[in-house]
Parts: sequence; structure tokens; C-alpha cells
Amino acid sequence: MIKFLFKGILNDKSRSLLPAIVVGLGVALTVLLHGWITGALGDSIEMNASFNSGHVKVMSRAYARDDAQMPNDLALLGADPLVSKLKNDYPDLDWVRRIRFSGLIDFPDEKGETRAQGPVIGWAIDLFSPGSTEIVRFKLQGAILNGKLPSKPGEALITSDFASKFKVKPGDSFTLFGTTMDGGMAFRNFIVAGTVRFGSSVVDRGAVIADITDIRKALGMEDAAGEIPGYFKDGGYNDTKATALMNDFNKKYQADKDEYAPEMIRLRDQGGMAEYLDIANAMGAIMVFVFVMAMSIVLWNAGLLGGLRRYSEFGIRLALGEEKKHIYRTLLYEGLLIGTIGSVVGTLVGLSASYYLQVVGLDMGDMMQRSTLMMPTLVRTRITPAAFYIGFIPGVFSMVLGNALAGIAIYKRNTAQLFKELEV
Amino acid sequence: MQNSDIIKIENLTKRFHMGEGDFTALRNINLAFGKGEFTGLVGPSGSGKTTLLNIIGSLDNPTEGKAIVLGNSVSELTHKQSAVLRNFHIGFIFQTYNLLSVYTVFDNVEFALLLQKHTVTERQKMVMEALDWVGLADKAKSKPAQLSGGECQRVSIARAMVKRPEIVLADEPSANLDAANSHHIIQTMKKLNRELNTTFIFATHDEKVMLYLDRIIHLKDGMVEKDELVPESKTKSHVSL
Repeated sequence: MIKFLFKGILNDKSRSLLPAIVVGLGVALTVLLHGWITGALGDSIEMNASFNSGHVKVMSRAYARDDAQMPNDLALLGADPLVSKLKNDYPDLDWVRRIRFSGLIDFPDEKGETRAQGPVIGWAIDLFSPGSTEIVRFKLQGAILNGKLPSKPGEALITSDFASKFKVKPGDSFTLFGTTMDGGMAFRNFIVAGTVRFGSSVVDRGAVIADITDIRKALGMEDAAGEIPGYFKDGGYNDTKATALMNDFNKKYQADKDEYAPEMIRLRDQGGMAEYLDIANAMGAIMVFVFVMAMSIVLWNAGLLGGLRRYSEFGIRLALGEEKKHIYRTLLYEGLLIGTIGSVVGTLVGLSASYYLQVVGLDMGDMMQRSTLMMPTLVRTRITPAAFYIGFIPGVFSMVLGNALAGIAIYKRNTAQLFKELEV
Repeated sequence: MQNSDIIKIENLTKRFHMGEGDFTALRNINLAFGKGEFTGLVGPSGSGKTTLLNIIGSLDNPTEGKAIVLGNSVSELTHKQSAVLRNFHIGFIFQTYNLLSVYTVFDNVEFALLLQKHTVTERQKMVMEALDWVGLADKAKSKPAQLSGGECQRVSIARAMVKRPEIVLADEPSANLDAANSHHIIQTMKKLNRELNTTFIFATHDEKVMLYLDRIIHLKDGMVEKDELVPESKTKSHVSL
């Protein structure tokens, strides 16, 4: 019977081609959109994790309360021993010391007088320690537009938009003005080693990257760190593991009532990331639902039209002794077959388009110039294992559902009318 | 019921609801059909021919009375049992052939067997044998659109006969055919009737068909007006088929 149905599907283009095209298009769009949203949200989450939140982050309790304001006067003291302890207690994560800061940057002219000034945000990261993972995490090598990475103390990177605005090039010097940990005025001279572009307008518009040792000296934060982010070594953010880790760590300091005692928070707990993660997790199900509904309506209509066209066929089959239930079941099998074929084709098309956009990406910089979200301006799709099967859910389900709805008419058929109906 | 009767109609009445009243299509019919009969239900439109075929074919139920087909009381059969009765024991031939246009001649004839769960080899043999009976073995791979009307009706006969049913019900099988083709297909059915001892019941008002019938039941206004056996000498049964 399956062979018989398959022959019918192959020979009857209107039974197979239109529904297969609808399914294929829907599936291709599902796969592409899934890849797009996974890529856009994933890149955004990853960028936030890399630059700000870590997968988990240890700060002083007081700092954690006003994390967004980078209150370095509340930073953790004794950060280096704490990092060693974290590395020892939680070896599955890569622990790093960071200082995020803000300040004023001053570019002198050839006489040493101020030529230009502007506000910056800055990241003090470990650039020089052997085995430091920060250069890779910030993708600095790929972000360099001009110049090179800092190779010695006193060198720093500035972002490209900032450099263009102030006409700064590698080799130029600048002075960073800020506030020390004790509330005093801080300033330190740097040489621009290179300019970088991270592809996120919120960062590129004005940031400086310097080695943590230099910034510690500049801000009077010897052996201190604003934040100690930790990154899972075996891949991306894992909410379950992060929660377990956070609970375990915070339990150790529960009895300590000092507001400078360390406290761990998860990526989810920072700056609206919970919504991001929830959307990223739910997006697959949302898209599957939307496409199942939309395609089911289209395919239901196609099925109804097909049912009208095949009215006499069903009549003959009933007269020849096929049960209504059996005819209905064969319709569902047909839906399964066409849905599977359409889903395979649609998935291949969707994956091809996703792969293209994963490699090339789509520059949305113009639309994101005023964005305050930390996300790359070059948005790329991301092909995950789910992309290989997610389209099959709406593809097969909607086709079977469409046929199931359309096939209900078979049960309303009155066999007593068959001779009359079949002889029109 | 006599032993040789495979269909027995007892006091059968069939009424249809028509608007506010009822329309009586068949009134108090009593008939019996024996194995191997070649019988025609003859009468004008609205006389009840097709309604009677419907009931014998287990496609409809009587309002009153009984229709017993191969020992089964039609009104007592479930939908599934009716389907099984039609599938295994009754063949249908329609005025407009009703072949499945997207399938080949072979597939159309084979379909009746697919429901009976025969093996591929059995089906192959039975289909080719049926096509041989109607002289269309060489058209097995053709599509219905490539055949003439007469050939389509012969495929329809092969489809009805391939499962070797005890009963074949044919509703105006020659209505869409020219004289030559009409004679040809009736002769084909007559031949099968003789060789396989299949009971054929026609609903017809085609005189060309009547020439071959062994028994003619005249229906008028839902009642049997006359039930006549045609002497063999007066039918074309004696002609070489």
C-alpha cells in the first residue's frame, strides 16, 4: 500500500508538489530563522559573557549591588589569592581578574598640550601572563585594525571609532584620567599599540583595553580586582551548572557578614540577561509553534482542495471495499511522506542559507549605531545540532495535521450516494 | 432461500426523506438471485434500479424488509463488515469507469487486491490474468487517459473481476459507449459470467445490454412490474463469444 501511495504522490503533482513546496519553504524559513536567532542571541550572550558578565562572576557584595556603575572603590582586595583558591576549588572554570573602569582620555598635540579629550570605558585584562586566555576571549587578534597587540607595560588598545573621531593612530600617546580606589585622582600615560574594532557599536564607540597591572597601578588597586569572572572550559554558559556553582560558593561565605566578602552571581543575574537566555531557549519552540499553525492552515486548505479533486477517488475506494478509517489513515501516511520529503528539502535549503550567513554574516551596524545593547553589528547565523531537526517538527506535523483536518470529510461521505456521485 | 440463491430480497422497502415528506424508492420488493445469473434491472429513471443495486452492494440499508447477500443481512452489517463484503465478494462497474487517472492500468486493477493483502507475486499473476480476460494485457503500463472509452470500461471490468467476486454489480456500463464497444464489453462480461460462474446484475435501459440478459426484472415506480426469464434461444448467449 505504501508503494501504491508513493506512486500516487509521484504521479500526481498537485497532490505532492504544492504541499511539498509549502512545507519546504516553511521548513527552510524555520531553519534559517532558528539559525539567525540562535546566532544573534548567542553572539550577544557570548559577547556579554566575554566582556562583562562571565559565566559566573565573583565580586564583593557591595560592588555586586551597583555592578553596572563599576564602583571600584568597593572592589575585592586580595584578589590574587582568591583567584588561586577559585582555580583550586573549581578547576572546570577559567578564572580571570578584571577591572572595568571609566574615565577621561586626553590626547596631546606635539607640544604636549591637550588636543582632544573624551570619555571612555575601559577593560583592564591580563594581557601579558603566559597562558592568559583573555586575548582569545576578547578576540583581540582578529579585532586589530591598525597596529599590534600591546607587548609591554604602558601600551594599550583603543577602539576604532574612538580613534577615528580623535584622529589617533598607533604610536600616539594619551593620558587616562580616572579615580583611584581611594577616591583620589588618577592619571597614567599610555602608548596606543593598536586600534581595534569589536563589531559592537556600544564598545567601539569609545573604549580602551589595557593590561591589568598598568590599570592597578593607575587606579591604586594593587592586589585588587573589581570582578573575577569565571568561564566554563567545556563550552558555553550552562545555567544548571552555574546555579550549582553559585550556591556552593555563596554557602561558604554565608556566615561572613562583611559587605566586602565575595559573592558569586550567574550570567543570568546580570543586566537583563535572564530575558535573553529565556528568549534564546524558548525561541525554537515559539518558531515551531508559529510555523506549525501557519503552515497547517495553508496545508489544510491545500488538503481541502485536494480532497475535492480526489472526491471520486475516495468514492471508488469506498465502493471497492476500503474502510473510511483506512482511507483516512492513508491520507495521514501521504502527509507523513510529503511532509518528510518537504522537510528534508527545506532543511537542506535552510541549512545552506544559514551556512552562507554564518560565513558571510549581515552587517547591521547602521541600524545599531545608537544601540546600548552589547551585541555584534555583524550578525551571523549559527548552525547548531537543532537546526538539523527543528524544521521536521513543523514540516511533518503541519502536513499531517493539514491532511488530518481535510480528511475529516471522508467520514461524512454517504456510501448510499456513491453510484450517483461517481456517475456524474 | 434456495441453496443456489446468493442474494435474497424480502419485503424490501426503501424510503428517502425529501423535504417535509418521504419518497419511496422501492416498495415491498421480493427477489432472489442465483449463482451465475446474468440479470438486468430494467426501467426508466427513478424506478429504483440504482437504489436496489446500492442495497445489494451493501452501500445502503433497506428501510423495511431484508436484503440477504451471501448469507449476510445487509442492514445488520457494521461499516467495516460492509466494506469487507464489498472488498472480497462484490465487484462494481460504473457508467463512467472511474479509473484512478494518476495510476497505470495495472495499478488500477491491482488496487482491489492491495486491500486483500495478497503477496506481490500473487497480485502480479492475478492482475495480468484479469487484464488477459479483457484483452488488455498489452496496455498494463498505460494510463487511463491513453485508452479509449471501451478500453477504460474493460479495465473497469478487470478491476471488478480480479478478486473473483461472487457478485458483480454494473450500473449502466454501456451508457457512455458506442454500439460496437457496448457489444464488446457485454460479451466480455458474458464470457466471464460463464467461465467463472459470477453473478452479474445490471441496472440498465440499454437494449443492447438486454439482448444478452438471461433474466430481466422490470422495475416501475419502485415495484417489480415483471420478472422474466429469457429463453436461451432468444438471447445472444448462444452466440460465440
